[in-house]
Amino acid sequence: MFVINAPVAETIELENQIFLLKIYSPEIASIILPGQFLNIRVSESYFPLLRRPFSVCDVENEHFYIMFNVYGEGTKILAHKHPGQMIDVLGPLGNGFNLKDDYETAVIIAGGLGAAPFPYVTRKISGSKNIITFIGGRTHSDLIRHGMVNIKLSTDDGSEGFKGTVVQLFRNSLDELNKDKIKVFGCGPNAMLGALKELCISENIDCEVSTECAMACGFGICQGCPIESTHQKDKYLLVCKHGPVFNIKDIVI
Amino acid sequence: MNSVDLSVKVGPMIFRNPILLASGTVGYGNEISEFIDLNKIGGIVTKSLSLKPRKGNPPQRIVETPSGMLNAIGLANVGVEEYIKNKIPFIEKYDVPLICNIAASTIEEYVECTRILTEQEAVDAFEINVSCPNVREGGLQFGNNVKAVAGITEKVKAVTNKPVIIKLSPNVSYISEFAKAVKDSGGDAVSAINTLVGTAFNIFTKKPKIKNVNGGLSGPAIKPVALAKVLEIKQKVDIPVIGIGGIMNWKDVIEFMIVGSSAVQIGTLNFIDPTAPLKIIKELEEYCLDAGISKLSELTGSYII
Repeated sequence: MFVINAPVAETIELENQIFLLKIYSPEIASIILPGQFLNIRVSESYFPLLRRPFSVCDVENEHFYIMFNVYGEGTKILAHKHPGQMIDVLGPLGNGFNLKDDYETAVIIAGGLGAAPFPYVTRKISGSKNIITFIGGRTHSDLIRHGMVNIKLSTDDGSEGFKGTVVQLFRNSLDELNKDKIKVFGCGPNAMLGALKELCISENIDCEVSTECAMACGFGICQGCPIESTHQKDKYLLVCKHGPVFNIKDIVI
Repeated sequence: MNSVDLSVKVGPMIFRNPILLASGTVGYGNEISEFIDLNKIGGIVTKSLSLKPRKGNPPQRIVETPSGMLNAIGLANVGVEEYIKNKIPFIEKYDVPLICNIAASTIEEYVECTRILTEQEAVDAFEINVSCPNVREGGLQFGNNVKAVAGITEKVKAVTNKPVIIKLSPNVSYISEFAKAVKDSGGDAVSAINTLVGTAFNIFTKKPKIKNVNGGLSGPAIKPVALAKVLEIKQKVDIPVIGIGGIMNWKDVIEFMIVGSSAVQIGTLNFIDPTAPLKIIKELEEYCLDAGISKLSELTGSYII
């Protein structure tokens, strides 16, 4: 874990207020795992006061990327960062996806900005595993394809790809996949994760998901990000410390 | 001048510098030790401990507000037994004063927690949380009642020889009345302030942003309130005060000392920059050297009004 000032290398607008920030940090780039996250202080001012958590989106040599949409004050500031400006980064935080398990095909399921962690996942397993990527959104402009391969699309309004949810699209595609040889990696809104959990449990499919929650510190001291465990009712897990990646069977969604 | 004495005395307690880490912002010390050398910190105050483990409140527990944050963690903690078994062995490896913060639903529970923990050699002092705004029982219901605060102080003091600090609520009209009750009941010091009760609503859903509805406001937004409360206590009651509330840098520490704090606690800042407490200690030393102050504690209560 580091708390470092790192220079912004590039700010890239993908589309529709979705941004990539490329940050130079050999320390972080060399150790961060797909699924881990960074807690970023967007400015030295007291407003916004707290850091903002972002999944690592990708890593290229000595740089890492984060992906975000302009949602509030913090992300508005981030979107206006120029190359050379320093940014205060705390990380890497949390755990990552278990990419090395015994499976042949990685099924990536991304809802909206839930695409954020998957370019790095794709980069890490390309060549060693097959990949099929299901990307869903409410409408065509929500679909984020950046850094993904072998893509199947869905939209709630039918404006692009399959009309329906991304989990329905995955369910319809199950016959073409060998259920015993796949592992699902998911990230997206809670409704999507809930549907994915139901499907994966009924079909006995191994599935890990990256979760999100409002948090302050990102490393376990503020206790601000509880998530209910399936196994232990008398205490919560913490998204920042025990996650953000969980086996979908282990958490209540 | 080439050396500065940063040490401070708070009643019977002596700390190597005035920077203590506030309860609820450093867990039990484990996580923050990955960022800073605890041997250099003035002291550490644990997450509130209760007799039995507490699960805490359901999410959402925190929300950011202008220059501050609201939290309603609900005193999630491992309980006294687990703390002694699995947390003390970690922290006792460090040469840092350990102050156990205790939260309870009844006076008997405060007493029982203190009685059990006082037997632990690693525990140097107690901070009694009579002012948590986020739990249904105990907490503020005691913190708002002068007689209850006096009773808790007296009964807790009766079962320990170690120093007892009472953490006061700012959600009262005259905090000095509570500080006086602590002094008259044998308390060694007060810490002020705990968080202010606050809330925030989503204007589209019309629902509270925190599941518990109300939370405790902390961060730089509350600093002026905290300074006023410390000053009120200092002017009315002869009891050492540990100042808390929105400290973000060394200048804030100096300001808290001037209005009457013998030491301070760093809270919300630990979430933003866990390395900040050490930076502040270094900057305090530099400030003293520049300003020709040989003993930092001389600043306590040095206000000119």
